[in-house]
Amino acid sequence: MEKLFLRGSEALALGAIDASVKFYAGYPITPQNDIPEFLSRELPKVGGKFVQAESEVAAINMLLGASACGLRVMTSSSSPGISLMQEGISYLSGSELPAVIVNVMRWGPGLGGIGASQGDYHQATKGGGHGDYFVPVFAPYSAQEMYDLIIRAFDVADKYRTPTMLLVDVMISLMKEKVIRRFEKRSEVKIKSWAFGKVKEGEQKIIKSLYLKGNDLERHNWKLYEKYKVMCEKEVIYESYLCDDAEIVLIGFGMVARIGKSAIDIARERNVKAGLFRPISLVPFPEKELEAISKKCKKFLVVEMNTGQMVHDIQRVLGKDIDISFYGKPSSYAPTPEELFYKIKEQI
Amino acid sequence: MKVVYKKPEVLKNVNFHFCPGCQHGLVHKIIAEAIDNFKIKDKTIAVIGVGCGVFLYDYFDVDSLEAPHGRGLAVATGVKRARPERIVFTYQGDGDLASIGLAETVHAANRGENVSVFFVNNTVYGMTGGQMAPTTLLGQITTTSPYGREFQRDGYPIRMSEMLATLEGVAFSARVALCTPKQLMEAKKAVKKAFQMQLEGLGFSFVEILSACPTNWNMQPLEAIKRVEEEMIPFFPLGIYKERRVSDVL
Repeated sequence: MEKLFLRGSEALALGAIDASVKFYAGYPITPQNDIPEFLSRELPKVGGKFVQAESEVAAINMLLGASACGLRVMTSSSSPGISLMQEGISYLSGSELPAVIVNVMRWGPGLGGIGASQGDYHQATKGGGHGDYFVPVFAPYSAQEMYDLIIRAFDVADKYRTPTMLLVDVMISLMKEKVIRRFEKRSEVKIKSWAFGKVKEGEQKIIKSLYLKGNDLERHNWKLYEKYKVMCEKEVIYESYLCDDAEIVLIGFGMVARIGKSAIDIARERNVKAGLFRPISLVPFPEKELEAISKKCKKFLVVEMNTGQMVHDIQRVLGKDIDISFYGKPSSYAPTPEELFYKIKEQI
Repeated sequence: MKVVYKKPEVLKNVNFHFCPGCQHGLVHKIIAEAIDNFKIKDKTIAVIGVGCGVFLYDYFDVDSLEAPHGRGLAVATGVKRARPERIVFTYQGDGDLASIGLAETVHAANRGENVSVFFVNNTVYGMTGGQMAPTTLLGQITTTSPYGREFQRDGYPIRMSEMLATLEGVAFSARVALCTPKQLMEAKKAVKKAFQMQLEGLGFSFVEILSACPTNWNMQPLEAIKRVEEEMIPFFPLGIYKERRVSDVL
């Protein structure tokens, strides 16, 4: 296992290559450009195809075409570009086509800004496109997780025939740290019997999302929902840090959790019993695991780099009897560990 | 006994759903004949746009992929890059290809994607009930141009075949019609040529087919055919606008 010193974005792109990605299409947008730059250089070396599309709209639809042919496909973009891809994500879901979409978040609404943001939680987790579907979403908090989670995102996408998303903080994308390349000699992806092969094999294959006859659409939507229910059982990932004896638990995802962990360490040094709970899969959300913690701990502090989005999911899961406070930073300036420690102290 | 006519093999034994006098059925048939001609049934992948042609997979026994409205050529790009050994065609209407999907169309053409495009131009949005299309003729009454298309308000009809012919990536661009036996023969030749270009790897091949839509034009089928001849062809002249040869790309 190779030990590397990589930026988060490079770790992610390398992970995609180790996951046998064979097709990338994307459109330039800050702050995710180093992902397509890496893949335009490295993909051809492993027999993959890189296309710079004319727009994010075209990019996501190129993925739809290549995914229908059974290739592992991905794109990356940043918030405004992801908005443009929502149509395609809805079609990928409806057509049951696997694809991995990386959103290195920046500010909105509108042109917003290019600094660190967690403003796209709702868009990512509640479905930005039309229709009744769920997209599994993972939030990495280190370069290592950029590598690991993109591989997981490809596996989950194939397993459930669904698009999956990595919701990435720009700080995690730009930070350089140690990465262990666990899957360097990954075997080839299994042949997908539903996909278009080198020639037509047996019966005609039709990949579509239009269902006009009888109850076909209702059956199709329930089928998508059943897949989501299975994901809720099998694909939840989270980290719980020093929560067992905690009097207060900080909840955050991505970079907030990374900073939060340092805040917890400061708290523990000063004998403040604080813990950290971090959803790694935002969809499916670690509901049972969070509920279990709330059996012992009655105080929660939710921190996000927005005006409060994930906090609604926490309130939904924990109910009204639990004391949930919120600290939001809808700016490009991330909270410091000390700042979060003082927020924790204010609550107890 | 000599067989002088038969149903193309690639077409299934089902009836078309198209309205009386609609020429989509005829377009389907000549594409099917070209697929039979090159014996590429098992290699072909159809990428189908949203419009009256969306049920193409019910009639053609080929692997088929439905594209979001307008995105046919982005989807086809993904398919052809992923499976260069297969023959990929898109089937798109005027709203799909020339309005909402114009960027995807122009850029796929400009990249010289090695795919074939069959563009059915009937000057209206057929499936949604006859609204004004980018190809609607000046003065033409539609459900959203009830006083007739007027250039100050609605702009002019787009001539796609001429426009795409200016792009370096385009190997073949032609406009055909289906009103007379002679036109039908020309149309068959153009559709075959489009597939041939792709088989030879010459780049983007494009055939625009002027087509009658009696239902949305509020016309009898024969009147509609007459309209294609008398009103459409003068604005959308038939002919080959670009034809690249193997020697051009060597």
